[in-house]
Amino acid sequence: MSKSVLVALALLSGLVIPAAAPGAAPTPSAEIAKHIAEVASSDAAVQEAAAVALGKTGDRNILPLLEALREGSVYVRAAPGGVKETVIVGDKVTEDDKTMVPLFSAYGRTPLTGPGGKPVLAELSSLTDVPAGRSLRLVLRPLIDAFAGQSDLSNADPATRRGAATKMGNGGDASALPVLERALATERDRWVRFSIEEAIALIRLRSGADAERVGAAEALGRLKSANALERLRELSTDAQAPPALRAAARVAVKRIERWALLTQAIEIGFQGLSLSSILLLMALGLAIIFGLMGVINMAHGELMALGAYATFLMQGWVQAYWPTHFDYYFLAALPFSFLVAGAAGFVLERGVIRFLYGRPLETLLLTWGVSLIIQQGLRLWFGAANVDVTSPRWLSGGIPVMIGVQLPYNRLFIIGLAVVCVSGMYLLLFRTDAGLRIRAVTQNRGMASCLGVRARWVDAGTFALGAGLAGLAGCALTQIGNVGPELGQNYIVDSFMVVVTGGVGKLLGSILAAVGIGGLNKIIEPSLGAVFGKVLILILVILFIQRRPSGLFAAKGRYAEP
Amino acid sequence: MRSPERWGLGALAVLLVVILPALNALPAGSALRLPDFTLNLFGKFLAYAILALGIDLIWGYTGVLSLGHGVFFGLGAYAMGMHLMLEIGTQSVYRNVLPDFMVWNRVTELPVFWRPFYSASFTLLAVLAVPAVVASIFGYLTFRSRIRGVYFSIITQALALSSWLMFNRNAMNLGGTNGLSGFKTVFGWTLNSAATQRGLYIATAVCLCGAYALCRFITRSPAGKVLVAIRDSETRVLFSGYSPASFKLFVFAISAVLAGVAGALYVPQVGIITPAKIGVLPSIEMIIWVAVGGRGTLLGPVVGAVGVNWLQSILTTNYPDLWLFVLGGLFVAVVLFFPDGVVGTAGKLVGRARWWIAGTPARMVQRPVASSRGDGVEPPAEAPSVQAR
Repeated sequence: MSKSVLVALALLSGLVIPAAAPGAAPTPSAEIAKHIAEVASSDAAVQEAAAVALGKTGDRNILPLLEALREGSVYVRAAPGGVKETVIVGDKVTEDDKTMVPLFSAYGRTPLTGPGGKPVLAELSSLTDVPAGRSLRLVLRPLIDAFAGQSDLSNADPATRRGAATKMGNGGDASALPVLERALATERDRWVRFSIEEAIALIRLRSGADAERVGAAEALGRLKSANALERLRELSTDAQAPPALRAAARVAVKRIERWALLTQAIEIGFQGLSLSSILLLMALGLAIIFGLMGVINMAHGELMALGAYATFLMQGWVQAYWPTHFDYYFLAALPFSFLVAGAAGFVLERGVIRFLYGRPLETLLLTWGVSLIIQQGLRLWFGAANVDVTSPRWLSGGIPVMIGVQLPYNRLFIIGLAVVCVSGMYLLLFRTDAGLRIRAVTQNRGMASCLGVRARWVDAGTFALGAGLAGLAGCALTQIGNVGPELGQNYIVDSFMVVVTGGVGKLLGSILAAVGIGGLNKIIEPSLGAVFGKVLILILVILFIQRRPSGLFAAKGRYAEP
Repeated sequence: MRSPERWGLGALAVLLVVILPALNALPAGSALRLPDFTLNLFGKFLAYAILALGIDLIWGYTGVLSLGHGVFFGLGAYAMGMHLMLEIGTQSVYRNVLPDFMVWNRVTELPVFWRPFYSASFTLLAVLAVPAVVASIFGYLTFRSRIRGVYFSIITQALALSSWLMFNRNAMNLGGTNGLSGFKTVFGWTLNSAATQRGLYIATAVCLCGAYALCRFITRSPAGKVLVAIRDSETRVLFSGYSPASFKLFVFAISAVLAGVAGALYVPQVGIITPAKIGVLPSIEMIIWVAVGGRGTLLGPVVGAVGVNWLQSILTTNYPDLWLFVLGGLFVAVVLFFPDGVVGTAGKLVGRARWWIAGTPARMVQRPVASSRGDGVEPPAEAPSVQAR
């Protein structure tokens, strides 16, 4: 086996610390060096004291040693010159029929090199094992956790820093206080500061002196910390707690609860908005198709499912052929799902629907049949179970806007997509020649044909466009819902309600109706449950079209009915 | 009506009501004996046929496509099912007076709306009245505001969806997703005896004949002419001084009652009713029975309901994956190639054959559907889309 492979192996096994270039190995201070030697002691008490002392230093180069101690991969070797040296051993390699281990320095875990920069390999039998008993492990654990938390607290990513602070706060370990306070002093990010303050208050509330605890309860109330609500509630009714603390807890609970009400309302509004966006994307396609051609497209939901499965396929391909750019598969999936669904729509229009213009009820039945076929096809091809679509990393997480409210990126993205699509449709319909033709055919097919508009191609193009929008909706839906063969069925009735309520062929009507129905759905859901919410919306829609039989914005003009 | 047709119908009725059950009653081992299973299957199909007749009345004749008839079927079925549940009494698994699912859901007292269903006569009344009342209210609200065409279809589909959601809830005290099942007796007769099942079959067949006669009476009456007129041009009917909404409401209610009766006959024969029979998919499947058989004819829905369901029961046992393809294909084929369905197409062929043989242009069997699109839109070559609104 060549030496370079060995080096690579040795480097790979150094999981925690990024491999430092040979020669740039850090050197420990005299005190730390002393503790490192003591850790290898056979006396358990000396060992533990040394470990704690090492942990106290807060030096990050110590972390690998502590972890190695816990795993039992710390050994003592007789270094050249007869000095005993504490080392960490890496994964076993075989060389010349002998099992060898690469050696790493205890401080910073850099590979030890012999003469000529060759990594040092040793047989295990030539090393002395450093035992790690149960009590030592118990001592090690919080030390390592503190290290992890501490290193996370200085991570470049604010989300990681927040997570670390929250974790320390929930752990409630008083030893984490100095670390947190140190971090708070240098922290700039507003939300990380919030989390750190919350963590400090939480820890103080649990383990401080009485006056400190009252202060902590007040601070938590001021911070509107939802994390602390449970604990504060307990305190406010705890007979053993000092009265001042109880009162402070009560005030804090009230404050937090009031805040929670507000944040909940915002969250519901936001969820309603994102549901509306999906409905809008679907209803947009439906409304254009229905308005233009009088075709009730019951297969619209399945076109949406096609878009979702196209996203799934794209995810698989990117993972297989271009795994380094996996996170960007979604950007490729957006146009791909549009094209797949659009192509399916085009085939559908040219193949069958064009024979049925002016017969909406028949198109309804026909497209329902098509939807059954597509659905069963998807089921046979991909299986009846839901498939797994992973959100790209840049769509997970969210923006914190206020305490307790975080707007998830995926939902924001969907809202943004809907806005883009609607504005795109608007520009297309009212600012381009193609849009002019579409509107002409919508208003008066016969007249438009006479004036040289090729109505049939306008039909096919518009149908494909509407279908493509459904595909986009499906692609967006993969980020917030399940992807299965029945995907379309769940949305089709809702989106038809949007079309019916909004009026046919009217963009503004569709938008208002989608926002109204989506929002109402989410507003009613928490209090009445999803089922009664749906029923109530149906009743509202029926009552609404009592007043306005052709929707919010009826087409004006003299439209004779037979 | 020409008398050969009348004879044919009479013979069909005798076949269904008398001969099939008689064949079933033959001693076991006899070559001609109809197995119990087949008769039971036919009983189910005939119940569906009653429902299909109702749909034909509202869709084939009046041109109103309801995608929510599963709801009315379900209302009748649940009314009957509730009575049968109560008839079980303490013979249930938990030996409790309450139905098993209530014991399971920790309901301690029979809900108030269940109590009247102890009475058989109330149950029979409810089978007729509940669908009628629901259909009347729903129809009043929709027809009055002139919701028509596809708008009506979509609204009824939403009705099917929300009813399905409602019936799925345990809080409704109607058995939730599992529905009502485990029946032992019907009006005192044991359900799993062959004689009871035969009796149920005969009752179904008789009801079918009754429903057929009722529909025939309605479609041949002057009111029936108005219905066809509404289908062909609702506005013209309105301007002629009729109230299309009242006629539509009347037919909608009748068709809901027929659906309810079908449901009530279905339950004791199949032994279970679940919300799955109410939802969007079953409701629209019912439409295809009528379309395949031939809308605008009275024989069509019967043929379609029996034929399609027969096909389904064969396919789902032998090629379960294929059925949905076939069903979808049926929708496509019927709309594109056979808008008149089996009966309508057959009628046309017969007319053409007569013309060939006799050499005279015999009256073509004028099926209104043959020329109409059934949605109130005149069939121009290239229909302007404004009319579709």
